[in-house]
Amino acid sequence: MKKEYNITAYSENHIGLLNRVTIIFTRRKVNIESLTVSASAIKGVSKFTIVVEVTEEQVKKIVQQIEKQVEVLKAYYLSNDEIIYQEVALYKVSTEALIGGDQIEKLVRKHNARILEITKDYTVIEKTGHSEETQDFFNELNEFKVLQFVRSGKVAITRSPIERLSEFLKKRDEMLKVLDK
Amino acid sequence: MAERINGSEAIIRSLIEEGVETIFGYPGGAIMPVYDALYDHRETLHHILTRHEQGAIHAAQGFARATGKVGVCIATSGPGATNLVTGIADAMIDSTAVVCITGQVSSPLLGTDAFQESDIVGMSMPVTKWNHQITNVEEIPEVMAKAFYIARSGRPGPVLIDVAKDVQFAELDFEYSKCTAIRSYIPYFPIDNKQIEDAAEAINKAKKPFLLIGQGVIISQAEDELRELLEKADIPAAWTLLGNSALPSNHPLNVGMLGMHGNYGPNIKTNECDLLIGLGMRFDDRVTGKLTAYARQAKIMHIEVDPSEIDKIVKADYPVLGDAKSVLKKLIPLIEKNSHKEWIQGFKDAYEIEYEKVIKNDIYRENGKISMGEAVRIASEKTNGNAICVTDVGQQQMIASRYFKFNQTKSMVTSGGLGTMGFGLPAAVGAQMGRPDRTVIAFIGDGGFQMTMQEMGTIAQEKIPVKVVILNNNFLGMVRQWQELFFEKRYSFTELINPDFIKLAEAFGIKARKVTENSELEDAMDEMIKHDGPFLLEVVVEKEDNVFPMVPTGASVSEIILEKPKA
Repeated sequence: MKKEYNITAYSENHIGLLNRVTIIFTRRKVNIESLTVSASAIKGVSKFTIVVEVTEEQVKKIVQQIEKQVEVLKAYYLSNDEIIYQEVALYKVSTEALIGGDQIEKLVRKHNARILEITKDYTVIEKTGHSEETQDFFNELNEFKVLQFVRSGKVAITRSPIERLSEFLKKRDEMLKVLDK
Repeated sequence: MAERINGSEAIIRSLIEEGVETIFGYPGGAIMPVYDALYDHRETLHHILTRHEQGAIHAAQGFARATGKVGVCIATSGPGATNLVTGIADAMIDSTAVVCITGQVSSPLLGTDAFQESDIVGMSMPVTKWNHQITNVEEIPEVMAKAFYIARSGRPGPVLIDVAKDVQFAELDFEYSKCTAIRSYIPYFPIDNKQIEDAAEAINKAKKPFLLIGQGVIISQAEDELRELLEKADIPAAWTLLGNSALPSNHPLNVGMLGMHGNYGPNIKTNECDLLIGLGMRFDDRVTGKLTAYARQAKIMHIEVDPSEIDKIVKADYPVLGDAKSVLKKLIPLIEKNSHKEWIQGFKDAYEIEYEKVIKNDIYRENGKISMGEAVRIASEKTNGNAICVTDVGQQQMIASRYFKFNQTKSMVTSGGLGTMGFGLPAAVGAQMGRPDRTVIAFIGDGGFQMTMQEMGTIAQEKIPVKVVILNNNFLGMVRQWQELFFEKRYSFTELINPDFIKLAEAFGIKARKVTENSELEDAMDEMIKHDGPFLLEVVVEKEDNVFPMVPTGASVSEIILEKPKA
């Protein structure tokens, strides 16, 4: 059964690695729903968060292929209930619509969004949340015509107290010691 | 300590530091500084000028496979680099350790569509184990050391290093140290004792164990351990195309070849065994046939160095992560002495059936004409199973794999996973350069020969004493066989009008002979093998012979057919 999975991969910060990672999906004709690459808590280590909709068997194999890349330290996958995650969305509406009544203001309050910038012509609103939430807000706001809309990829952290990578790195150091024999 | 030298010199010195003695390549604009540096080291580093970059990479592959060392090839930017791609893909899928060095346009020109610029790093990404572009001269020693370490360790594979031309001129303080570890790369995972114990118990319990020998045995040099395990537990073993020669052909527990054109016994017994042990192999679809009808009755043990291979195709009941040699060393002491006489007899009975129906007529043709199998048998007999056999792809490849006999490991060089026609001739060049002490015989079809026949020039220039046997049926034989069996004999573009191969060889200054009668075959083989130097033997074989047995596509291994189905 297909389900939304969040793949997390830690890697060295190396040019071209993003490409190496994404071709693993392309080759298997798996669409990437969203992708975020950022610094992790450990210096020099990048963190990929990739969201896909696949079966568990598929995601397992994809993760193994990612981990096989020389510059990837560790990769694993989690379902949505194993992580805390957030996305951010930006909406542009005309300022005329905003001042034409109090409904947009009510929507902003109801959805816990906030206004980032108001100019003579347009107003930019920001909302963070899960994609269903940012989508709900879009649907309601769109009654006043959303001129532009953009949503980020997922950023996620696990429910465990420390970044898993530190454990992995410790284990890895032990393995490397064995190799050095 | 550190010496001030330029980037080109640093590349050459790095190769020497890695113990490289032979390289294959083709010069061109963006790699000229490296070739200039090479000129001063040509005594230490023997460079073979191939006639095409594809020839250089296949030669490097042949070298690597016959020696177990890293093969090295050099090409220029743009078309030079793109011509390597087929060979790189071949090396990737067949786990062959190769380091490719390509020139690149100067770094300020990157991304400008400069003359002979191609994004070879981007292009080769899906087919390299690792690749890297050097735009900073200081990186050279470290990157070169990493390249060799990555190429040969764990599951080996191709590495491409792209060197911008300005870097080749720039200077650095050169100091070299070999790479022994990379933080993000664990080539060998520590072996899990629990997995070993479970595996040993399963083997000790099995009534009908069957072991599949993959190339992992050869790569990890586990040939002795393999024999020890097989003999101690009395397990029959068959080999994949690339696992061929890991176990001597005449070993009593060697039951033959797996897969689509493999032997009858190994295929049908796969669906009768109670324990199937995959050792350093990857359950390729040419081995498994229809997956849903593959060894369903058996417990599966998979001993494999690459974690991504475990459970990829066949779910393992007993996964054992580790290279074949390390695993077997730990496993053997836990194995009880055993005997499976009756089970092994089943393989012998199956062989008798196959011998009567297929093999006899394949290797002893009575009608005066020549079969591919007979040519292979005679060549094998004349060299007492001590030659290195190189093949191209197609019917001759299957026939050579089936009928060439081996006493020594690393003796079969063939393109397995990718099935690259044109592989044979250049790979033979590499194998012979790597093993000048051994006779190298290449079996090549008339089709495949014409894909890379320009390498005859390389053979002539370097006087490489390879024995090239063209098995000529004036057809793209394997495709024709499929057209006959599955496309109602509609021979769509498979018939070839060939050049005069003898005149061609003579034009290159290579001694040649053509055989059309069965009665001349032995004498011609003798002449070829005894000849001091390269030799081309054209053997005109029966035009429409088929390779049997065969597991038709989509069929189960137990549905293997021994002859053409009656219409």
